[in-house]
Amino acid sequence: MKDTVSIVGAAHTDVNHDSAIKHVTGGADYTDDIALPQGALHAYLGVSDVAHAKLHSIDFAKVLETPGVVGVLTTDDVPGINDISPTHLNDEPVFPTDTIQFHGQPLFAVIAETRDIARRAAELAEIKYETLPHALDPIEAQNAGYPHVTAPLKLERGDVAPAQAAAHNRIRGRMRVGGQDHMYLEGHIAFAIPGEDDDVVVHCSTQHPSEAQHMVAHVLGVPSNAVVVNVRRMGGGFGGKESQMNLFCVVAAMAAKKWNRAVKIRPDRDQDMTATGKRHDFVIDYDVVFDNAGRIQAVESSFAARCGFSADLSGPVTDRALFHADNAYFYPNVRLNSHPMKTNTVSNTAFRGFGGPQGVIAAERMIEEIAYATGQDPLDVRKANFYGTEDRNVTPYHQVVEDSILDRLVGELEETSDYRQRRQDIIAFNQSSPILKKGIALTPVKFGISFTATWYNQAGALVHVYKDGSIHLNHGGTEMGQGLNTKVAQVVAEAFQVDFSRIKITKTTTEKVPNTSATAASSGTDLNGMAALNAVEQIKERLVKFASENWDVSPEQVIFLANHVHIGEEVLPFDAFIKQAYLARVHLSATGFYKTPKIHWDRDKGQGRPFYYYAYGASCSEVTIDTLTGEYRVDRTDVLHDVGRSLNPVLDKGQVEGAFVQGMGWLTTEELWWDDAGRLRTHAPSTYKIPLASDRPRVFNVKLADWSENRELTIKRSKAVGEPPFMLGISVFEALSMAVASVADYRECPRLDAPATPERVLMAVARLQNGA
Amino acid sequence: MTPRTDIRFVLNGKDVSVPDVSADQTLLDFLRLERRLTGTKEGCAEGDCGACTVLVGRLGQAGLSYAPVNACIRFLASLDGCHVVTVEHLSGPDGRLHPVQQAMVDHHGSQCGFCTPGFVMALYALWMQTPEPTEAQVETALQGNLCRCTGYEPIIRAAVAVSRYGTPASDHLNTEREAMTGRLAALKDGRRVVSGPQDNLSILPFSADDLAECLQTYPEATIVAGATDVGLWVTKFLRKIGPAIFTGHLEDLKAVEKQGQHLLIGAGASYTDCQDLLSEHLPHLTSYWDRIAGWQVRNMGTVGGNIANGSPIGDTPPLLIALGAEITLRRGSGVRTMPLGAFFIDYGKQDLKPDEFVESIRVPLPQARDLNAAYKISKRRDEDISSVAAGIHMTVEDGIIRDARIAMGGMAATPKRAAAAEVSLNGQPWSRESFEAAATALAQDFSPLTDWRASSDYRMLIAQNLLRRFFLEHDAQTDTPVQLACA
Repeated sequence: MKDTVSIVGAAHTDVNHDSAIKHVTGGADYTDDIALPQGALHAYLGVSDVAHAKLHSIDFAKVLETPGVVGVLTTDDVPGINDISPTHLNDEPVFPTDTIQFHGQPLFAVIAETRDIARRAAELAEIKYETLPHALDPIEAQNAGYPHVTAPLKLERGDVAPAQAAAHNRIRGRMRVGGQDHMYLEGHIAFAIPGEDDDVVVHCSTQHPSEAQHMVAHVLGVPSNAVVVNVRRMGGGFGGKESQMNLFCVVAAMAAKKWNRAVKIRPDRDQDMTATGKRHDFVIDYDVVFDNAGRIQAVESSFAARCGFSADLSGPVTDRALFHADNAYFYPNVRLNSHPMKTNTVSNTAFRGFGGPQGVIAAERMIEEIAYATGQDPLDVRKANFYGTEDRNVTPYHQVVEDSILDRLVGELEETSDYRQRRQDIIAFNQSSPILKKGIALTPVKFGISFTATWYNQAGALVHVYKDGSIHLNHGGTEMGQGLNTKVAQVVAEAFQVDFSRIKITKTTTEKVPNTSATAASSGTDLNGMAALNAVEQIKERLVKFASENWDVSPEQVIFLANHVHIGEEVLPFDAFIKQAYLARVHLSATGFYKTPKIHWDRDKGQGRPFYYYAYGASCSEVTIDTLTGEYRVDRTDVLHDVGRSLNPVLDKGQVEGAFVQGMGWLTTEELWWDDAGRLRTHAPSTYKIPLASDRPRVFNVKLADWSENRELTIKRSKAVGEPPFMLGISVFEALSMAVASVADYRECPRLDAPATPERVLMAVARLQNGA
Repeated sequence: MTPRTDIRFVLNGKDVSVPDVSADQTLLDFLRLERRLTGTKEGCAEGDCGACTVLVGRLGQAGLSYAPVNACIRFLASLDGCHVVTVEHLSGPDGRLHPVQQAMVDHHGSQCGFCTPGFVMALYALWMQTPEPTEAQVETALQGNLCRCTGYEPIIRAAVAVSRYGTPASDHLNTEREAMTGRLAALKDGRRVVSGPQDNLSILPFSADDLAECLQTYPEATIVAGATDVGLWVTKFLRKIGPAIFTGHLEDLKAVEKQGQHLLIGAGASYTDCQDLLSEHLPHLTSYWDRIAGWQVRNMGTVGGNIANGSPIGDTPPLLIALGAEITLRRGSGVRTMPLGAFFIDYGKQDLKPDEFVESIRVPLPQARDLNAAYKISKRRDEDISSVAAGIHMTVEDGIIRDARIAMGGMAATPKRAAAAEVSLNGQPWSRESFEAAATALAQDFSPLTDWRASSDYRMLIAQNLLRRFFLEHDAQTDTPVQLACA
């Protein structure tokens, strides 16, 4: 070994996001930045201004006479099937034919020479309809006899009835949990270029290029091989671009084929927020039985979700709410039911955590109830109910929790955050502070990793080594800021033992890797990292065979190390070696594939092992509230989070910090508010308030549990990081709750609903003060 | 002199002349669509997310100064005579990253990267002004920038570290300051500008007098000062604003000065322009002022516009009314003056004639015995529209309350005085009981609406509690904090 002894950018090191320099210079291209071909047109959606109605007709006369308008796209223009439902329930038309199902529903698209013309003209259509009664929330919907949008789920273990009958301590309550808009900074966008025959190429911002491809093919009535979907990067996704981009891809592609011109569609922020789905709101009814020590004996809960007018992903989302309704706690007897309710609202969709956070917060509410009822520190109630390692370790879906590290993780955080002392200090502070009140909470997270749709747990990759030794990497995952491309490239760099800079990461395209799964469920690195590694291993196997034959050494004597290949006594630079391999006609390209082992799930029985493993975390937050106004501030948060053996600690830490703040936003200032007519009134950042820099905790200590290692054979023993830390934000909500409870001497659970806006906090304070 | 018909400014390093600029053409569309400067992003088109942040350099009385603004709601015509700096202009000619950019890279300040150019521009402006900012200063500078990925932590770390990467003195905007001052001065030809198609004219008067004259000619015109409200009429509501008369460049409307026992605020002075003088003479407004929108909007929006648009939820009218401010309206060469409270007649209706404009605001300086407070309650602390805003003034002499002026926003169709609460306080002793009675009386003054910002009950309760807060804050017997600290 002559020069370097190790490579730059190996796995488990802090590597910058591969686009970081382009991000800061404005040189990173998003879909809207791609130069348009000559003659490109623009599409804009025309939408309904009523929540539920019989659609009679749409008169486009004024639209069509607008100068610059090329035409309109309606249901009549759908050459194939008028459906974009991602779960193939045929319940989500591109444009509806006879019934308007929510306020703001896309009804048609105007195609024009400029976006401004299309947008203005879309307002000119005269829509004739007959109003029908509407139901906006899941309870209204249940009362009005609305159906489920998809089959509900029941999870059951043990027997709740005897426990309830014998109960000494039983609490029943209801909690409303609000939804959340993704508020990715880059909104939806698609840009289609027609090709010869049936062909069309779509550039867009989707987390699920394969599905967009299949939807475009389905709606155009052409085979999937005619459609190419490309995604270089997204300006944020968070689940909002898993299925919701399909509409925009389909509209752009239909128009491109109809007029044989490139067509771009980009809704403005308000239309983006009103016409595309969000995190599901839930109304959760819980019934918990516990012993005098606060140990849970039985739980019965029902989760009614505002799914919107169609199923979209509501089935797996509401399923995941049930999968996480235990959070980290063992329920000896349990029955959980989901009610995925149809409502006259936009169809809700995936959002970081995918229903899981709504399950977790229900578990934490029950813990709170028990703590106030028994007069304990909620942390003690939490610890008393953690899953055991030898016993008390079976989930409501009958998976055994084999890898819990919560005892250690929570114990460490309890120490490092000085939780016990600070809680005492806070209780003392509250006694002497009449207006400002403090609260503190330490909450755990256990999150199941794998798509519960088992077939999604597969991935492909394509790796080329060019004869100059440069490497081209492609995989089925999409980059939305999480650093997936960086991490997968690190895996490849490590496997080839070359510097990270030798690897070119290219756009995701359905042309290179087919039949991919959505970059979702935190699975991106787990799946695509393994697939890429598999491709590298194939190429390396060929290279080792070539070297051992050519140099007449055993395969064990061929070692890739630090930008070189050691062959017996000889050491060649990687690129010189590759050149020789090329000349010897070694195949330097491979497709890789991976499927997650061990998992299975029988939904009808509610039993199986849906998750390959669990990721864990905990956070401790301290807040101060103003009992005159309900305003609050997060004084300090300490986080300890488990990402197994991190592939890139600095990127993982970034995910944890970002997820925490996003989770905190969900539970504090982010409020979806519909008026009586069913119109969403918080539909842009002026009215929908995500956290600002000044909202983040005043002291924010984030650590990865660097001792953790995945027990399962995941990529380099790392763990998924996208979703689990989102639920760390719950500690803020619980701390707010404690601060509120202080006004009635912690005797009563304040039963805050989420989001805990300053209004909800103040009204809860007022309720407790008046009741006390 | 015949009006000029093109808009002239410097874009990054180049002189630009754009003929026929429509009233509603935005800077953002111009950058992205006409010039393909795609580093500047559209995130919301309403001045809330900051992804479109650019710097605008303007030659004012104090020389050339740069401020971050939102390109999405900034009209192109308003840039006449300015220097527009986009993210593409930051790296040096050798392609090396700017200190702000390098700090962001090294601290992992970007994830998806879409908001990043906007953050870079806001931090660039901050570094030029305050090379070594505190975290609190960074937060204030970033109130107008949303990031959905990072949770802001790495961005703050980068912002605090920028000075280690370079000093503003060597930044090219500073090294070229003199040359740029000359170039911008050369663009000032003292002519009125009338640009754009006949049905969508952009009009830039050359002085306040010329503005008065323009309004006589175009009484139907929309007056656009900072465009932080009118911008949304275009980007959100697709409203026609032409002919539009732009006033943001008029130096003679930007006066901010102490005149005897008053502060005079020219209607064209931005929130930022007013900040220092208000802090000096009306310190109770300091933290409130930092909570008006975000930095970009404070650099564009004007107090005059905040008043003239008559919004019931404007940030400044309640506190100005409580201070006893008067406004001066001008029509042709005539002026009239009225108490600010009288200007607001009803929702969307102000005492303003079509060819009349708000010229200035006069704020009396408080006397030694005066107690003043300004409160804003909103769902999110910063960059939010108030649920309730309150200005409270009173004098306490020998333990007796006099001259109470309480004005509230968000409680009625206009910014409005709480007459019953004032009556209830005047002549009463300074005591908890007097304020409890005033809180009760407040229910006669207002019946607020329920909307997405706040419910009627919540609005009423916080309005009442703000009276209680005022008492506790000014009461010598109360020694515990009654309000969250600012930072």
